[in-house]
Amino acid sequence: MPTPIDRDELQRLMRDEQAQLVEVLPAENYQREHLPQAINIPLKTLDRETTRGLDRERPVIVYCYDSQ
Amino acid sequence: MSPRAAARLEGIGFARVYEYAPGKADWGSFGLPLEGDRDSSTRAGAHMQTDIPTCTLEESLSEVCERVRASGWDTCFVVNDRRVVLGRLGRAALVDGGGQTIEEAMTLGPSTVRPSRELDKALDRMRRENLTSLPVTRSDGVLLGLLVRDRLEHQ
Repeated sequence: MPTPIDRDELQRLMRDEQAQLVEVLPAENYQREHLPQAINIPLKTLDRETTRGLDRERPVIVYCYDSQ
Repeated sequence: MSPRAAARLEGIGFARVYEYAPGKADWGSFGLPLEGDRDSSTRAGAHMQTDIPTCTLEESLSEVCERVRASGWDTCFVVNDRRVVLGRLGRAALVDGGGQTIEEAMTLGPSTVRPSRELDKALDRMRRENLTSLPVTRSDGVLLGLLVRDRLEHQ
């Protein structure tokens, strides 16, 4: 099960565990605004090929706009 | 969307997957930096004034009035010990305290805007609602600063 986290835990994972941050919104949303250090892999393209660049040994944090 | 993305990553074989469901709306509304075409420099938080007067409920209204007038401001925000906004003393309250307490004189629940609000939209709102200034608060109610319309329109 994916672990839900809040803003503080996100910052801790980024700082202490070199987590990888992935925005899963479409590219135009990412281009408009995104969190620092985030990369963009839109949900519609999320597969083995597009995630090849992610390190499987490190945490991966996904986010979109909000919880709606 | 992020729960589906997290489930997808697990399905692909990632072992340590986390979901930040509140997302960039939460991040920006807490005053944290955003990057991109509409980065933080285009948001209310980058254009607010931070040297605004504040006071607590326990202070004397007459002393606060004196202090605010000396600073050149015509408004003061009433905050608690965590700087959460409780109310606002407007021009009238600061001119004519009339022996009231700060709690009696303050306006409750002043309109606020988040630091991540796009500046042009915040300014549109100020014009539409005829506001000369608009306090900027984080999502937890902490006061960060004040947008001053006249200053924004002439910068």
